[in-house]
Amino acid sequence: MSTPIIETHDLKQVYGTGDAAVHALDGVSITVERGEFVAIMGPSGSGKSTLMNILGCLARPTSGTYYLDGEDVSGLDRRQLAAIRNRKLGFIFQAYNLLPRTSAVRNVILPLIYDRTKHLSMQEMEARAREMLTLVGLEDRLDHQPHELSGGQQQRVAIARALVNDPVLIIADEPTGNLDSKSSLEIMNLLKTLHERGRTIVMVTHDEETAAYAERIIHLRDGKVERIVHNEKTKARVAA
Amino acid sequence: MKWREILRVAAEAIWKNSVRSVLTMLGVIIGVAAVIVMVAVSAGTEATIQEEITSLGTNLLFVQSSFARGGLGSNPNQGLVFDDAIAIAEQVKGVAGVVVEQNATANVKANGTTLENITILGTTPDFPSVRDIEVAEGRYFNQLELDRKQKVVVLGSSLAEELFGDANPVGEVITVGNVKMTVIGVLAPKGLVGEVDYDARLYMPITVVFQKFTPSNLAKLRGDRVRLIYVEVAPDADPEEVITQIELLLAKRHDVSLDSADFTITTQQDIIATQEATTAAFRSLLAWVAGVSLIVGGIGIMNIMLVSVTERTREIGIRQAIGAMPEDIQMQFLVEALLLSTAGGIIGIALGVGGAYIFGSISDMRTVIVPESIALAFGSAAVVGAFFGYYPATKAAQLDPIEALRYE
Repeated sequence: MSTPIIETHDLKQVYGTGDAAVHALDGVSITVERGEFVAIMGPSGSGKSTLMNILGCLARPTSGTYYLDGEDVSGLDRRQLAAIRNRKLGFIFQAYNLLPRTSAVRNVILPLIYDRTKHLSMQEMEARAREMLTLVGLEDRLDHQPHELSGGQQQRVAIARALVNDPVLIIADEPTGNLDSKSSLEIMNLLKTLHERGRTIVMVTHDEETAAYAERIIHLRDGKVERIVHNEKTKARVAA
Repeated sequence: MKWREILRVAAEAIWKNSVRSVLTMLGVIIGVAAVIVMVAVSAGTEATIQEEITSLGTNLLFVQSSFARGGLGSNPNQGLVFDDAIAIAEQVKGVAGVVVEQNATANVKANGTTLENITILGTTPDFPSVRDIEVAEGRYFNQLELDRKQKVVVLGSSLAEELFGDANPVGEVITVGNVKMTVIGVLAPKGLVGEVDYDARLYMPITVVFQKFTPSNLAKLRGDRVRLIYVEVAPDADPEEVITQIELLLAKRHDVSLDSADFTITTQQDIIATQEATTAAFRSLLAWVAGVSLIVGGIGIMNIMLVSVTERTREIGIRQAIGAMPEDIQMQFLVEALLLSTAGGIIGIALGVGGAYIFGSISDMRTVIVPESIALAFGSAAVVGAFFGYYPATKAAQLDPIEALRYE
């Protein structure tokens, strides 16, 4: 069996000290295998955002270990974490988080610009960005700026950006939270397609319908894993 | 991250807020433009003064009376007298000419015109050659006329024109004070030298001035007192050696030691050095003004960069999430600050050069654009941008990506 994409042991995140200390995460140990589509659910305050930030290498846990693609990233510094995010992760945010007044191609190119290992030319980067935008169905919106695009289209630009550096893990934080149901459906189908093509996706959501696309749902409560639900229906769908 | 990309993003950020960017640059623009204009004015003034000093004649020594104790006339045995000049001319080696000046004023009547309070310059025959002044009409007076105290006069060019218009005044008789004198020559225009208008003066043998315009009882004891003796050093002589000879001669004639001499000898170089010291003081004042205005401009840039960092917190968060290193973010804002300050510098240079040119052509002041001032102004603007951009850029780089992404 290949190395899991995510393997955490007893992750703890504590804010504050003494009596005022808040245990945002209180010993979370999870594993996500390569090619899995996992949803993380839980009420507010359950620690799902905190877990998301740690899995996304945006924050370091107070204690515990986190292996990402076989590499221990729990002790890395700011610069090392930035490099990991750049090469191994793709982010999809609820609020899309595209650069304003910047074309779709320019937005998608961004991760490649900060890549210190690849040394692609500007032409190569642009070609790759166009390829990704075509993949998400925006080949006729390449030079549009975010304010000229619908919410669903903006989220598809964000997905293209998350894919452009060929990450080992896509982290989606409430990807349909700002979208109407039609756009939500489109976006979830797109994520499903990516998953079917072998992408590993971890998605935080509070929406049952959205979570239903995942193979596995990890429920958090009070900073602990409450239960893990295997979604047979999704698996069947994938198989079919 | 590629440099071209950094520059493009910085230029776009500045362009998207063009009004604010120009206002931000204004401090640097004004500072740089002011420096260039002021340096140009100062260089122009300096150049004018240098020319004036040179036009006094070359290799001149100025021998002046100095009274160590008491004032003028407190001791009849102190101070330069006319005979000192004659002694210098006769006994010092390496002297090309000696000129003594004694001033007086009088009303001048000629041709039915009366001009009041005209400056009379009593001189010696070497005056035109020592002071580099040409004689346009007739001639200057000679040694014989000086010795015989003959009542001959040479007119400055504008004075001649006022009295006689276009007519040739040589041979005419004019009344100076109440002395009738014959015009024997007219000088070529010389213009203003310092504050002195040589063209509006009247020139006559110094002996006549002593006798008719500045008579003194002291003169009967030691000879006529003079304030200033010009000594022209011969081209092949060493000025230092000439100075030493004059010092020894005058000390002996006045019976004083060199330490308590009643005269001082100044070279043209001394005067130029004094002038340069004044200019240097003016320049350092300019440097302070420039420094202060650039610092004010820099604070403006820092202020707006801090605003920009706050406004673009979310953008910074996005870039960080996507993998930008702290130094990528820092460089981005540093380049933006540098671009603001150097763009301000370039606009300031354009305005400064243009302003100096216009100022020079519409006013009496002469302006000379100093290339170094342009380089210095641009360099200072860049340094200011880097210095005042550093703090906002570092602040941006240190933002926490989670906080930055959450920022509304």
